[in-house]
Order: sequence, then structure tokens, then C-alpha cells
Amino acid sequence: MRNSTKIIILAVLALIFVGLYAFYDIKGGFSYAFPRRLIKILAMSVTGVAIAYSTVVFQTITHNRILTPSVMGLDSMYMVVQTFIYFFLGSTSILVMNKYLNFSISIIAMVLFALILYRTLFRADKYPIYFLLLVGMILGTLLGSATTFLQVLIDPNEYLNLQSKMFASFSKVNADLLWIGLAILIVAFIYGFRIMSQLDVMSLGRENAINLGVNYDKLVMNVLVLSSVLIATSTALVGPITFFGLIVANLSYQFLTTYKHSVLILGASLISIIALVGGQFIIEHVFELSTTLSVIINFVGGIYFIYLLLRESRSAG
Amino acid sequence: MIQVKELSKFFGKKAVVDNVSVTIETGKITSFIGPNGAGKSTLLSMVSRLLNADTGEVLLDTNDIRRIKSDDFAKRVSILKQSNFMNVRLTIRELVSFGRYPYSKGRLSEEDIKFVDQALDYMNLTDMQDQFLDELSGGQRQRAFIAMVIAQDTDYVLLDEPLNNLDMKHSVQIMKILRKLVDELGKTVIIVLHDINFASVYSDRIVALKDGRVIKEGPTNDIINSDALKQIYDMDIPVQEQNGCRICVYFNSH
Repeated sequence: MRNSTKIIILAVLALIFVGLYAFYDIKGGFSYAFPRRLIKILAMSVTGVAIAYSTVVFQTITHNRILTPSVMGLDSMYMVVQTFIYFFLGSTSILVMNKYLNFSISIIAMVLFALILYRTLFRADKYPIYFLLLVGMILGTLLGSATTFLQVLIDPNEYLNLQSKMFASFSKVNADLLWIGLAILIVAFIYGFRIMSQLDVMSLGRENAINLGVNYDKLVMNVLVLSSVLIATSTALVGPITFFGLIVANLSYQFLTTYKHSVLILGASLISIIALVGGQFIIEHVFELSTTLSVIINFVGGIYFIYLLLRESRSAG
Repeated sequence: MIQVKELSKFFGKKAVVDNVSVTIETGKITSFIGPNGAGKSTLLSMVSRLLNADTGEVLLDTNDIRRIKSDDFAKRVSILKQSNFMNVRLTIRELVSFGRYPYSKGRLSEEDIKFVDQALDYMNLTDMQDQFLDELSGGQRQRAFIAMVIAQDTDYVLLDEPLNNLDMKHSVQIMKILRKLVDELGKTVIIVLHDINFASVYSDRIVALKDGRVIKEGPTNDIINSDALKQIYDMDIPVQEQNGCRICVYFNSH
């Protein structure tokens, strides 16, 4: 099957789920429910595409297919920032009340975190992937424990406010940020078109990329900033979903056997939309909201993650 | 012309390349030889911009290479390193097409396709161009990567131990192709070699490094003699002449 056929299949599937989610079993006033559903679909698409895009480009510049920004603890960084703000400034502070300010602070912190992480760990190409993974896990746990510690000490009322940020939820999307998120995504894609072919060359490894005239350090820096901003966007919109990027990126690599990033990113984005919109549809209409999508994603994603690790260790040995 | 001027690279406090100055003559094969850890690969990496020098400069026709734009540099100088681990699965033709990236930016013109076809033909890969790299033997893979560099069509071709892990037949094959690149296409080849006999038989000039310094430099025949080799390798190496080639018989020397 050709890649263009596969992309069309994915696009049709995505459209079917979007259509189902938008129109299936609308009760009460159509004019009430329909726009709300559209907003949710848009939020899920922006989130999904942002995660897919950032994961694929992050994995290309770090030359691996297992580590993602989320697995390396970028999501946890978001929670640290939020908890710090609530703990030290309280939920009435300007940094909480003004969502845009809050969003900007989170983005800056996450970009800095990603840059430090890259400088110390990925730059020299000297650590094996398991070491990086371990560091990522430890960092994630450390940041997680730090936030838990503060959350234990925090005023219970503040904690209730904070809690709404802690778990991914597509039922209560942060709609104020949706339009900003969409704008960021569009800018990211406009930039993306210019670097698509450079990313293709990048997958030949650092030395070949430099040989072929890619300005390596500059591209890596730009892509790191790009992917942290995108992860920050998706986390601010719906909360952390650790393993989602890993699933959609790897499914895309497996399904579309190509080196072309234009195809890979498009594929991963469509798979994201199918998974999120389709998943949410099933949660709402089959499970009747007895569980949440992020729980299922992290469950399935975790298993897939272990499978990828085992496969990697087999091919390395 | 490539001129290396007082180039140094430190890893920690140790100078891996220590104040090296060399001029590479065009239209010739220049081999870098020397014991392990002499700084050959590091020097080659700095000349090809894979590594930044700590002090000194490299001039490409009087221009400092750090001031040349990345894609302009990629049209003049190409480098092939020993390890070519990749995450993606490519066919030979796809890999060789990447050699045209500095010109095409991903969209191959008809001229680019012509260069790719020629490079495949040059390396005898036309029949197997649609095979995947991970299905190939070490020698075939190496040929595919050299074809990519040929498609890149640069005046200077730099290779870091291209004979690593290759058997005798493939090694000779590769060296003959490099010779052809120089003699027929007028390229300048700089190559890091471990086996001094390949250096002796195929190169025009030799630069011998030891402890990060250039210890000997000159036309091949000035370097391949027992006195010079003694200084480079600390071994007594008898040199014998065979069909006009100087062969170093180092296997049982001390």
C-alpha cells in the first residue's frame, strides 16, 4: 500500500470519528450542544496535533524513538510551576488569575528545562538510551515528589483549585487558551514547512547532517524550543498525558515506513485525532464517563512503551 | 586548497591535536596516518566542521571555514565518518539522493537525478539501488555511503577510516575508486588510514601524526622508509619493494 493511500485512510477515519462525536445522539437543544462539541473537538485536535508534532521532531533531533519530551519530565515541570505558584503566591495571585500570564510563565520554564536537559544529556551523544531513560524517570519522580510535598503542605482550599490542573481531562478543556493554542500551532506549522527537509537530513545522524550542510546546532535549538512550546500548550489545554506522544509517533513510524517528516508528522497528527476524538467518543457513549481517556491512554501507552523497550534491547543485543 | 593553521583541540587538559599546521594539495590523495590516539580523526573532524577547533583556523581558499555558510560549505567539502548508525530505513537510492541535498533542498531536479544515477553507476550499485541499507553487507553499505558523497559532487572528499571492517577485496575496491575520483574527476581526497600499506600504495602524500602533532609530512616515498616509520610508530619496519609498490613488513618486527 502506498503512503498516500495510508494517509487518506487515516484522514477518512479521523473524519468519521469527528463526525460521530459531533452529531451522534445529540439530546436537548442542538444549538446548545453542537457548538460545545465542536469546541471540544477543536481542543482535542489542537492537543493531539501539538503532541504528535512535538514528539516526532524531538525524537528526530535526539536520534531516538523511545524518549519523548513527556517521558523526560517536561509534563512534570508544568506541574512544578503550577504548584509553586499556588503554594507561594496563592490562587488569587495575578499569575493564576491571568491565564495568559500563567501560560507564558509555564512556557518559559518548560523551554528552559528542555534546554538544560538537552545541554547536559543529549548533546555529547555519549550516554546510552537506557541511561537517559533512567535520568528522565528519576527527574520525573523528583519533580513529582517535590510537587506532592508542596501539595501536602498547601492550604486545602488552594489544593482544590490546583487539583483541576493536575489531571488530564477532555471534558473540561481550558477554552480561554484554546485560541492561543491554535495560533501557536499554526505558527509552528508555518515554521515547520521551512525545516521539513532539514529534519529529513537530520535522521541520517549528526555527522551526515552537518556534512550535507544543515546548520545543526541552530536547528536543534530551534526544534527544542518548538517542541517545548507545543508540549506546554497541550499540557495547559488539557493537562499531562505522558505516553500519548510516544504511541502516536511510533505508530506513525511503523505504519508509514518513510523518512519524510512531512508524511510522518501528518500521519502522527491524524492518528492523534483518531485516538483522542474516537477515544473520547467511546468514553462518553460506551463507558458513559465511568473512566477518563487519559487513564486509558496512559495504560495502553505504558504497555506499548514496555514493548518498544524490549524490542530495542533485543535489536541492540 | 585547504590550509590548516596552528590548529589545536583539547579534551580536558590534554591536547588531542596540538598546534598542527598542514597544507593539503589539490588533485591528490593525502593520507593521515599514525598510531592510535594520534589525533587523526579529530583533525579530520575539525577540517570538515564536525568539531570546532579550540585555537587556530582552517582556510578553504583563503576563507576561514567557520565563516562559510553551511550549505555553501557542503557544496565544497564532504566528510564520511566511520559509524553511520541511523534510525530510519532507507534504500541505497534514497541515501545517495540525500547527497544532492545541498543543491536540491529535498526537491530533486533533473540534474540532481543525473548526478545520483552517475554516482550509483560509479559505485556499481545501479542494479541494487532499491535494496534497503540494513539488508546489505558492510562493504556494500560503505559503497552506498561513498556514492552519496560522490553525488554531493564536492571538490574535497574527506573519509575517516573507510576501510574499517572491510575485507581485502572490498578495501582494494574502495581505494581504487578513490584513486579514480582523483585521477578522472580531479577531486582532492583526504583519508585517515590505519593500514600503512594502503597509504603507501594509493596515496600521493602522507601526513603522519603522533601525540597530536605532525611528525612527518611529504610525498609518499619520503615517509614510507624505515627511518621515518621508526619515528612515527616506534617500530623497526623493513620496507620492501614489490612491483613498484613499497610494502611495509611490520608483522614480526619489534
